[in-house]
Amino acid sequence: MPLILTEEQMMLRDAADGFLNEQAPISHLRKLRDEGDPDGVSRDLWRAFGEMGFAGVIIPEAMGGMGLGAVEAGVIAESLGRTLTPSPFMGSSVLSAKVLIDGGSEAQQAWLPRIAAGEAILALAVDEGAKHAPSRIATQAERAGNGFRLNGAKGFVLDGHVADALIVVARAEEGVTLFLVDPATAGVTVERTAMVDAHNAARITLSDVAVDADAVIGDVGQGGALLDGALTLGRACAASTLTGAGDQAFKITMDYLRTRKQFGKLIGEFQALQHRAAHLFSELELARAATLGAQLAIDEGRENASLAASIAKAKAGRVAELAVQEAVQMHGGVGMTDEFDVSLFMKRVRVLNELLGDAGFHAERLARAQGF
Amino acid sequence: MSDLEPFRAETRAWLADNCPTECRGPMADDEMIWGGRNPTFKTPAHKLWLERMGARGWTAPEWPKEYGGGGLSREEAKVLASELRRIEAQPALASFGVWMLGPALLAFGTEEQKQRFLPEIVRGEVRWCQGYSEPGAGSDLAAIQTRAEDTSDSGGDHWIVNGQKIWTSYADKADWIFCLVRTDPEAPKHLGISFVLFDMTTPGVTTRPITLISGKSPFCETFFDDVRVEKANLVGTLNRGWDVAKYLLAHERTMIGAMGEVGGGRPVGQVALDAIGADDDGRLDEPMLRARIAELEIDAAAFRLAMERVGDQVKAKQAHPAIASMLKYYGSELNKRRHELLMAAGGADALEWEGERSHDGKTARDWLRTKANSIEGGTSEVQLNIIAKHLLQLPGA
Ligand SMILES: Cc1cc2nc3c(=O)[nH]c(=O)nc-3n(C[C@H](O)[C@H](O)[C@H](O)COP(=O)(O)OP(=O)(O)OC[C@H]3O[C@@H](n4cnc5c(N)ncnc54)[C@H](O)[C@@H]3O)c2cc1C
Repeated sequence: MPLILTEEQMMLRDAADGFLNEQAPISHLRKLRDEGDPDGVSRDLWRAFGEMGFAGVIIPEAMGGMGLGAVEAGVIAESLGRTLTPSPFMGSSVLSAKVLIDGGSEAQQAWLPRIAAGEAILALAVDEGAKHAPSRIATQAERAGNGFRLNGAKGFVLDGHVADALIVVARAEEGVTLFLVDPATAGVTVERTAMVDAHNAARITLSDVAVDADAVIGDVGQGGALLDGALTLGRACAASTLTGAGDQAFKITMDYLRTRKQFGKLIGEFQALQHRAAHLFSELELARAATLGAQLAIDEGRENASLAASIAKAKAGRVAELAVQEAVQMHGGVGMTDEFDVSLFMKRVRVLNELLGDAGFHAERLARAQGF
Repeated sequence: MSDLEPFRAETRAWLADNCPTECRGPMADDEMIWGGRNPTFKTPAHKLWLERMGARGWTAPEWPKEYGGGGLSREEAKVLASELRRIEAQPALASFGVWMLGPALLAFGTEEQKQRFLPEIVRGEVRWCQGYSEPGAGSDLAAIQTRAEDTSDSGGDHWIVNGQKIWTSYADKADWIFCLVRTDPEAPKHLGISFVLFDMTTPGVTTRPITLISGKSPFCETFFDDVRVEKANLVGTLNRGWDVAKYLLAHERTMIGAMGEVGGGRPVGQVALDAIGADDDGRLDEPMLRARIAELEIDAAAFRLAMERVGDQVKAKQAHPAIASMLKYYGSELNKRRHELLMAAGGADALEWEGERSHDGKTARDWLRTKANSIEGGTSEVQLNIIAKHLLQLPGA
């Protein structure tokens, strides 16, 4: 497959860009933030997102989705990065949907049409410490009666505070196991954590939470593979959002270089800034290629897809970080004000960098895979 | 060195008796004591600490005693600083007066101005703000347009000032402003500027806050509408205010640069260990991050020594003319790197913006604040331009 979007994919991109620019530009984020919205996301927007088909991008058509792949999910994720729209897309349509598509029982897959329609919000609870470390799950799943008892604590659970259902990663005697948990179950406590980017995550504690055997997604002890699939897709999509955010910050900056005058010149006439703009352009091209490469690898079911996603996440993360830092710096004092959008990009990129493993995590993963 | 030992012993004893326990240990940015006419103190002990340090002149240890300063030699001042560090004393006073205006007054002020303004700066009784930048004059500071005119109703001993400043930190809390105004609009841009001081309560002065990305708002837009400014408050020579401005900027830049050295709080490696944990050998369990933190600590240690060396060079009149810009550039970039790493070390915890656990997002807000270090007081690009001009002996250096 060539490393460019097909015509259909470009149409999807234009539709997503058009929808988000109209329905949820950056002012949407500002409004939710400034009003201290208790959800931090708009349910109405989520429903509209569903009507457009975006929320079900990877969900099979038989379940109300578009039945498309990672490239298309990335296209939408990238649009979300450009507009900074708070959306359950990553948690529901990517991470949770992927787990349920690959391993869900019929009853569990009943959630998929609701995700696709933008009616339900699901959350994947994987991280436990400050850093992403899926190999070190400590949440315990003990057999109790014909079901399980869950104990543990999760953090950085995207949309955990508004989730209609949780997918909890836990460790059973047989190994990592995923559970579909109703957040209203006794023993589950959910605390919203407002993040620096005004998007939302939650801390969730599970204390003696009793679930039935049919809460298990896939097979007991076989959750690792399901989780890997979701993490790989999630990382590739996060790379897209990072690329979108970095690219948008870059565009805003280029506009500023073309208009702001100092010393009687446009600041874009200073070579000190020109070379950095040119460098950033180069970096963004690499991020874009790495991201699309990972998504194609996923869609083609290549063996190296998981590592390709790590490369994409690391590269896009570092590049987006550079793009927002340069954006603030090249704006001078204006870049430090809340009123100006570049600051919002800086905040969002910082959070996305931490999500599903930062650049260091993925570099380490690559090093191990290559045996050094 | 050994002849400093009595001074060290004496200082240590005085600090032991006089630095209240509440004034030791880490201090949040927004707990800083800025003094002024309407001072706020975190605790009564902080008030006492400022009074004691101010009375001894130790808020400005190297200024002459006759103007309220500590009258210490450079070597003694280093001893004082190290003794303060040893007991983790919090700064008694944060002050643009001490950091910026004072040195300029010492170099350019009249005897009367020094007598009048310096002692109250040392004691933290008057809070100053800096009126330099304007909407069209940031990096190109000499392009300022704010006018000071000698009009018929100014009575000969006043100017009438009109114009707008921007990014004036704490203008809404300051008592006085040191301000660049254009007194000769016909002259080439560097040669028609004067450096004046005036009270922020003078009729015609208004301020409007600007919210920063950290969610806090120390910045203001400042407007002057027919403000009467006494000519006696001109510092230096009429129309040669640029010399004063540059001198002051050198101090400001050194001060901002020094933030890279201080760093504050726990070492990044310790923060990372707390958040991430150690492997079986006791090493930080994130090898990539560990390597980056170690690189930072090497640069930070070298930078600390470079700062100290520059101080000695200045005293010995051996400093390179580009040195203030070098410190500003390197120190602020270093400080930004430190805070990027603190964010990475803190992981998801450091991303929290509200709530008690994160002290309302202290790590994140501090991180965002550092992004200004390479902008305020002249951007990194401008510092690099200045350094390069000196190195290449280009005009305008
Ligand atoms: C936190 C903070 C506090 C501040 N406090 C004060 C204060 O108290 N009082 C006050 O007067 N001002 C204050 N300032 C203003 C500060 O001095 C200016 O923001 C700064 O000088 C840059 O000017 P500018 O914002 O207009 O940016 P611009 O000058 O517009 O710069 C935009 C970009 O162009 C670049 N650029 C400009 N000229 C050149 C060149 N020749 N070569 C290469 N690159 C160039 C800059 O480096 C920057 O990246 C503060 C700023 C901040 C961020």
